[in-house]
Amino acid sequence: MTYVIVGSCIKDDACIEVCPVDCIHPKPGAADFETAEQLYIDPQVCIDCDACVEACPVDAIFAEFELPEKYEYALDLNGEFFGERSTAERTAG
Amino acid sequence: MAGTRPRVAIVGAGPAGAFAAAGLLRACGDVEIDLFERLPTPWGLLRGGVAPDHQEIKRLGDSFDRQTLKRGCRFLGNVEVGVDVSHSELMLHYTAVIYATGAQTDKSLGIPGEDLPGSWAATEFVAWYNGHPDYRGLEFDLSSQRAVVIGNGNVAVDVTRMLTLSARELERTDVADHALEVLRDSRIEEVIVLGRRGPAQAAFTSAELRELGHLDGVSIRVDADELELDSVSRRWLADAGTFTARKNVQLLREFAGRPARPDARRRIALRFLCSPVQIRGTDGVEAIDVRRNEIVRADDGSLRARAVDEDVETIQCGLVLRSVGYRAVALPDVPFDERRFVLPNQRGRVRTPAGEPLRGVYAVGWIKRGPTGILGTNKRDAEETVSCLVDDLRAAALPQPPTPGREQIDALLAERKPGLVTVEGWRAIDGHELEAGRSEQRPRVKLASRDELLAAATTTAPSAATTHS
Repeated sequence: MTYVIVGSCIKDDACIEVCPVDCIHPKPGAADFETAEQLYIDPQVCIDCDACVEACPVDAIFAEFELPEKYEYALDLNGEFFGERSTAERTAG
Repeated sequence: MAGTRPRVAIVGAGPAGAFAAAGLLRACGDVEIDLFERLPTPWGLLRGGVAPDHQEIKRLGDSFDRQTLKRGCRFLGNVEVGVDVSHSELMLHYTAVIYATGAQTDKSLGIPGEDLPGSWAATEFVAWYNGHPDYRGLEFDLSSQRAVVIGNGNVAVDVTRMLTLSARELERTDVADHALEVLRDSRIEEVIVLGRRGPAQAAFTSAELRELGHLDGVSIRVDADELELDSVSRRWLADAGTFTARKNVQLLREFAGRPARPDARRRIALRFLCSPVQIRGTDGVEAIDVRRNEIVRADDGSLRARAVDEDVETIQCGLVLRSVGYRAVALPDVPFDERRFVLPNQRGRVRTPAGEPLRGVYAVGWIKRGPTGILGTNKRDAEETVSCLVDDLRAAALPQPPTPGREQIDALLAERKPGLVTVEGWRAIDGHELEAGRSEQRPRVKLASRDELLAAATTTAPSAATTHS
């Protein structure tokens, strides 16, 4: 299971501040932060603690099993962001 | 800061001003903040810009309220700084002034016919459908079959969606009633969106683009020809392209592969590599001429559009919405950078044109950095400005203002602005709008004229005024 951030994210970073496992990216200051259209949750790191859901001011975070139909695309999208990111990190060095 | 508490005026109660007020209260709780706003209502583009069918984003207003007005920050609405009260008067009453006035006008295209009736800035259309009282009187003619939207940002996508949603969908939003009436009778069947550059350079987010491809009863068309990436864009996308750019190209390819939908109620066509060169018409917009572009790499490394040849294609249309960006305007009595359209500043500390710091004057949001970024961008921007201000306060670099208390500014405002709207007035407006919305099963029914807003501000708020149902 994982939590998922959907496209209505406004990049308020309140979720990043409360995440106990640091699984929400990109973080302010990261190279890809400014160009990112939203924040994403790394499904391989998320521990389903629910803290980010409370923190989000625009209710843009859902538990995977509660994801509304119109946001179903977002589950793969979050994972894909981290897939590409690790490729970029590997090739950058 | 021994003795008296610092007193800070924030000019503009939009997202940047709200994030600045919230950040300042967090960073140094012992501060008096007055949030000045030209309109009787707070939160700026959250109310007047964010599209009516994106209600989830408007929830940010609750968070602003909780972090500012409910923590003692005062709202001074319906007061225009520079008109009702001057910059130098603010400097007499406040330790510091933070300008958060945003970007109030639009960039122009600089092509013939731009000023014909029926050619509008997309921002005017947005302000009109969102019930901004200064735009209520605009008359949009939606009697033609085709509209053209110029631009490839999220505002272009928003207005395209608003032109294609059904009356039933619009009725569930807080679109202004005067706009709902006109949109309900709209005869527009097709909206063509023109992008100067290619699909890989589009500025809209993939979330907005995806939504455009999933509207009920609306078909979306993209020409496979225009999706073909040139070698410059292909290399850029592979080497330096953003996640969003790759997603956009992927989505556009999916749209291009969709079968035609003759049953569609309305149609959207996304065109790329097209620059408008002239808007034609005698008494109003009749057509727009576009020229084909190619992508070239400029000397500075950026990817620019360049005309391929002199050939012109004419697209018949009765409405043109120009959405090529916002632009800030100069404010009375404070420096302004006429080239970059911002208050000259360093990390939010405003400077004179000669580069000298202007003590006690700060900037935040679009008037500080230019009209870029999304809502949350203003949070970091505000944190930067606030940290400069807090450093200056701690270093005792800001003298106490000549007037000792809030009574003097209150007396001045009472004399100049009998229609001042305070937080109680805003709560009465909010309560009235939410209550009206409840009976129509809408998020709210906006009061869209200054008179109505001011009348509602002076009535007693219904008991449920401050909570959403």
